[in-house]
Amino acid sequence: MTLLDFDCVTLSNVSHAYGRRYALKQVSLTCKSGEILGVFGPNGAGKSTFLTLLSTLLDPSSGEIRYGEVAPGVPGAALRARIGLLGHDLHLYPELSARENLEFFARLYGVNDLYQTVDSALKRSGIVDRGHEPISKFSRGMRQRVAIERALMHRPRLVLLDEPFTGLDDVAMRSLSVRLRELRLDGVIIVIATHDLDFSAGFIDRAAILKSGKLVTIETAANKLRSSYEAHIYGGA
Amino acid sequence: MLKAPESHLSTPGFFRVVCLMVMKDLAVETRSKEIVYTTIFFAVSCMLVFAFGFVQEGREIDHVAAGILWVTVTFAGTLALGRTFERERQNETLRAILIAPVDRPAIYVGKFVVLLVLMAAVEVIVVPLVSLMFQVPIFEHSILLVLLLITGTAGFLAVGTLFAAMLVRVKSRGVLLPVVLYPMTIPVIIAGVRGTALLFQPEADLAMAQAWIGMLVFFDTVFITLALWVFEPLMKE
Repeated sequence: MTLLDFDCVTLSNVSHAYGRRYALKQVSLTCKSGEILGVFGPNGAGKSTFLTLLSTLLDPSSGEIRYGEVAPGVPGAALRARIGLLGHDLHLYPELSARENLEFFARLYGVNDLYQTVDSALKRSGIVDRGHEPISKFSRGMRQRVAIERALMHRPRLVLLDEPFTGLDDVAMRSLSVRLRELRLDGVIIVIATHDLDFSAGFIDRAAILKSGKLVTIETAANKLRSSYEAHIYGGA
Repeated sequence: MLKAPESHLSTPGFFRVVCLMVMKDLAVETRSKEIVYTTIFFAVSCMLVFAFGFVQEGREIDHVAAGILWVTVTFAGTLALGRTFERERQNETLRAILIAPVDRPAIYVGKFVVLLVLMAAVEVIVVPLVSLMFQVPIFEHSILLVLLLITGTAGFLAVGTLFAAMLVRVKSRGVLLPVVLYPMTIPVIIAGVRGTALLFQPEADLAMAQAWIGMLVFFDTVFITLALWVFEPLMKE
């Protein structure tokens, strides 16, 4: 398969409405290769819609999203092969083992070195010994680690993570942040929607702050992230 | 635009995806046994209720066996349809499958085949029960009976799989599925009932039964073609 590739994702005046309610209004920004973009905002700010639109699962009501020079819908599967999505729900089958889950999705993506990739994913998620056990027997943190590996297994160019730190302990959180930094060095575009301002400030490059579907600011200074967030969300800035 | 990296993915073809979906769903069902047990239990209960309602002193009223068989199959099929997609909704695994770089109609076909297998398991139990309760011959023209059951069930599930997938994110999907499904599948149910009744009567009318099978093949072709055509656009969120 010839892989489609792109070095940036550009949103131009993107809006999305569920019925009459706008979840996202006139958002314009560009995420570049080798960048980690944090998306912050209170519940209902439009973070998940933002990620779903980038994942191509949802079409914007208006505006345009371009992946490099390519608009979504045109290349279809070739574009989807370059996107890794971790949703708020984990996208894993609780009845199947961690290995079976990873093998199923690796096969669906047509990963060539299947067993090597799955072994490596199990190792990274720290459950090599329990790879044969059903996911339903795992703690939330263990499931989260498997889900993260599932989203990254096919080496996507664009990684979309919705609350990736949920359920992770301190060690796993640090390990994930290291992994994200490695991906950034490989030129991956990473977009993270999270509520964890303080932890993510340590590794994101820019922060997009959403409020009621609107992009209120893009913060580049990590040390100003919290104050900027509080000013825009609570302070009416 | 970045130079496309050397491909590490070989996207699976249509039938490979169908096989992956079927094997995954059968593996999940083998572990949980949820759908097959509940559907068989429901079908047998339904059949018994009808049997006690329509059989008096060991004799059925006005050759109702064919009708009761198909009502049982459609009710049990509706239950199986709902549960199969509910399983994909619970952990949002449907989203993970939809974002994979595969032909989306193959996902539809995979689900359709799994449901056919599950309904075959139900019919293997329900048909002999009908024969027992209503004293109708099932072995005299068994090939035609099997053809009627296969084509009728396929027609019902072709529409049902599409609607169940469409309604998976709708809150009142449990109510809506039968409401939209039954009117659409009335031609299939009528053809199934008429054809089966012709085989169950004392002097079977094989020519007419074959005509009904032909009609069911026509319905199946139309419904499956339409479903394959509309599945991808309908699965946008």
